[in-house]
Amino acid sequence: MAAPDIVMYEEEFNQIKTVIAKLRTDANAKVVFLVDKNGQQIAAHGEIENLDTTSLASLTAGNVAATDGLARLIGEKEFSILFHEGEKDNIHISIVAQRVILVVIFDERSSLGLVRLRVKKASTELNDVFARIMAKVEREKSQAGTAFESPFAEITDEDIDSLFSE
Amino acid sequence: MTFINYASREINCKIVYYGPGLCGKTTNLQYIYDKSNAAARGKLISLATETDRTLFFDFLPLELGTVRGFKTRFHLYTVPGQVFYDASRKLILKGVDGVIFVADSQVERMDANVEAIENLKLNLKSQGYDLTTIPYVLQLNKRDLPNVASVEEMTQLLKQKNPPEPVVEAVAAKGTGVFETLKSVAKLVLADLTRQT
Repeated sequence: MAAPDIVMYEEEFNQIKTVIAKLRTDANAKVVFLVDKNGQQIAAHGEIENLDTTSLASLTAGNVAATDGLARLIGEKEFSILFHEGEKDNIHISIVAQRVILVVIFDERSSLGLVRLRVKKASTELNDVFARIMAKVEREKSQAGTAFESPFAEITDEDIDSLFSE
Repeated sequence: MTFINYASREINCKIVYYGPGLCGKTTNLQYIYDKSNAAARGKLISLATETDRTLFFDFLPLELGTVRGFKTRFHLYTVPGQVFYDASRKLILKGVDGVIFVADSQVERMDANVEAIENLKLNLKSQGYDLTTIPYVLQLNKRDLPNVASVEEMTQLLKQKNPPEPVVEAVAAKGTGVFETLKSVAKLVLADLTRQT
């Protein structure tokens, strides 16, 4: 494994949801969502009914990965903030805790300055939550020796076959 | 890097289709998209040039149902096959859980297959993975064409693992072997998960 798996527990998941909901209100944004660097959506909040959040997550991760590549080419470690300006809506993308991507979509009701300010504060809180998650994963791993208890430990061939029965 | 969400009881896995240019990676995805239940699949995103060559990646999210109470979702990606897009290929392998190598069965494409598989090994390594241990399936595509190499020859030339990886014969344009390939890699990924977690 190149990097440890992210395992999300109820408690931290709720904390994350609280932080991004607050960020959405504070920044006056339309949508706030959190994606891991591999393109998996972690949480989303706001006007997401008509939004394809899965695609958004994967494209955001692709975008960040490509920009990371660009950064390294010119000798930068990373570009920690990306901003896309549209006619009506804008996207603000930032990296949190080195491994997750925080995306804020906003329109003329807010401003780049306000979003940047509020993102900074929320990032600190998210950093703490992710530090707790990683600590928890480590702890569970060491408690159970090499393998910690997983609901997938008992997956049978039939379970997998049933996924494809159509 | 599988993402397990205990809160929403979901598990997301990332599968990457790799292979030389024009071997049929996007065709595999297109077929899966066309044939799967609209409720189970997401949008097929294709970042392609005007001539339909993949520029960055294709992406298809696919929900496969529930295993032990966990919603199982597979995110399928293809890489751009053309040699000069190597920087993009590397990025897409980030966090991969399973790889499908789509080989072009035409005799004149054997060198391209070998080159692409060497490239896969190298790029996996740069992301900290090893082709010999990661869930991996070899698909021999375009079996319906007249000038194809034999299965034995190709397996001999392209095989990477011991015990050998699953090998699936396919005609992706017609759908032959497409789901079989996906299924065998999904099995390996989930089996891997039971071992690792």
